[in-house]
Amino acid sequence: MADILQLLVAGLATGGIYALVAVGFTLLWQTSQTINFAQGEFVMLPAFFVLIAMGYFGLPFWAAVAVGGVVSVVVLGLLFKKWMVDPMIRHGVLPLVIATIGLAILMKEMVREFYGADAWPFPALAATTDVAVLGAVFSIQSLLILAICIAVVVALQLFLNGTRTGRCMQATAQNPTVARLLGVRVERMILYTFLINGALVWVASLLITPIYLAKFTNGEWLGLYAFIAAIIGGFNQVRGAIVGGLLLGVVDNFAAAYISSQYRMAIPLMILIVVILFRPQGLLGRVEERTV
Amino acid sequence: MSNRRLAAGIVLASAGAFLLVVPFGLKPYGIFILSMWAVMTIAAIGLNLTLGYAGQISLAQAAFVGIGAYITAYLTTKGWPFWPTYVFGGISCFAVGWVLGYPALRVQHHYLAFVTLAFNTLVYLIFRNEEWLTGGIYGISNVPRPSVLGLSMNSPLAFYYFCLAHLALVSAATWWLIRSPWGRAFVALRENPIRALSLGVDTRRYTLVAFAIGAGLGGISGALYAPLLQFVDPTPFALGLSLNLLLMVVLGGSGYFFGPFLGAIVAVLLPEWLRFTQGFYLMGYAVLVIVLMAFSPTGLLGLADRLTRPARRRTASAAGGPPETAAESETAR
Repeated sequence: MADILQLLVAGLATGGIYALVAVGFTLLWQTSQTINFAQGEFVMLPAFFVLIAMGYFGLPFWAAVAVGGVVSVVVLGLLFKKWMVDPMIRHGVLPLVIATIGLAILMKEMVREFYGADAWPFPALAATTDVAVLGAVFSIQSLLILAICIAVVVALQLFLNGTRTGRCMQATAQNPTVARLLGVRVERMILYTFLINGALVWVASLLITPIYLAKFTNGEWLGLYAFIAAIIGGFNQVRGAIVGGLLLGVVDNFAAAYISSQYRMAIPLMILIVVILFRPQGLLGRVEERTV
Repeated sequence: MSNRRLAAGIVLASAGAFLLVVPFGLKPYGIFILSMWAVMTIAAIGLNLTLGYAGQISLAQAAFVGIGAYITAYLTTKGWPFWPTYVFGGISCFAVGWVLGYPALRVQHHYLAFVTLAFNTLVYLIFRNEEWLTGGIYGISNVPRPSVLGLSMNSPLAFYYFCLAHLALVSAATWWLIRSPWGRAFVALRENPIRALSLGVDTRRYTLVAFAIGAGLGGISGALYAPLLQFVDPTPFALGLSLNLLLMVVLGGSGYFFGPFLGAIVAVLLPEWLRFTQGFYLMGYAVLVIVLMAFSPTGLLGLADRLTRPARRRTASAAGGPPETAAESETAR
């Protein structure tokens, strides 16, 4: 029982991180039909922004984290939209998908060339001690990760549902044409989702990098897990991405512990295939009308 | 028009002559890279049929190259002659590709991309973990090279011509295929599936066939890959190669017959010539992909096409028909 509880909490913690990444992914899809194949690299990069701010500019950790946040929002949010998505989206979904695959290669190679191919240690946000509750041992780190993920998701939900801007963003996601007719500044709302995505990947990067170290290849599997989480939960809903992410983290952890660590990756992939084939709209998603 | 055709003929003839003569000026490593180009081009031609002509995105081509390579490696090291394993590899991939086509009947575009991506990673995991069959991470070594009509293909030069002959055969077969009713049905499928269906094209069957033929060519490419390296291990067949093959097809010009040839030059040959640039080559490659997608989503050949005939309206034919409406139909999700 204690084992199961431990696995559950650890799974929820990593699942919470996947959920953050997946939420950003679905936000971009909903408002601008951008499928970002570089989303994993987007999570890999902010950790390096922080490391560069600390190593080359001598900033203390928390200042470097703040700088990393600003750079992430500007580069991965604003510039990504202005320089890549805007010129390309008129060609349709596929060219943008290909371009983001190219962007992923570019980001990986730049980190490898200019920073190094090693796995760099990254300071954890909290001391790595454990607490014992009801006979099960939890690491403070996973509890903190879980708490931060919940806080971020709740804040995002409050923003989307409780503020005028948030509701305008939802309107943009549901029907841009009508939203524009009603006076919503659609372009600006789309920009906001890109900025939010920049902030989400920054948080995810700060949470996951202390566990897996900062390495230029991190984005490969992170991106894959984010896609899987987004699709399992439902591509067109923020709620779906959260459920998908948490579910994925838990399933992944249990599969590694009880089924086979060699095939741990296979279980999420099979869930993905089954969900796409039998419930393409995702576990929580709405059915989208098909258009020609 | 006839001028263009003449120019194209001259370019083709000189390219063919160049490919026949060039290995004499190269060291064995250069010949190896050229052979690799031929092998990868075959895989990219397969993907171009699935993606460029039939409009079905697939991120699983590396898995088929891998299946073909492993079947050939496993059976030839067990003492089988080359040709039966080669045929068996191609047919197996055709069959698996057919099965993988079924998801394409249900879902499209990005969902299909993810299903095929998941399939590729599953196949990779099997290659890596089923040691009794695939040798795990150590792979299968000492894969023999075939002999043709008693001539041994052991030397790099002989095997290069062997690969080149395969490329020529595959190209000829594909050239014929895309001019046959099947090829026209593929294009109809890409341009407007519902119209195709209403005109009596069996879209179900052609979707499956498009996947299966593309996969079969991947298998053939793999069956050449194994004896070329004389060694197979799981790493080359991970998702990276599938993405790379996709980039080759799109970079060269998806839906153009010669797109894969050109794309494979950029992705396989150029990195070797530009080796002195080290990591910068890949950065340049990535930037090229991004810039090309911004200005010419139909790839290098699409760009050339646009530059050489600016005024005339292109007609979408099965022959060189660029997917000019594909981009627009993509936006309708």
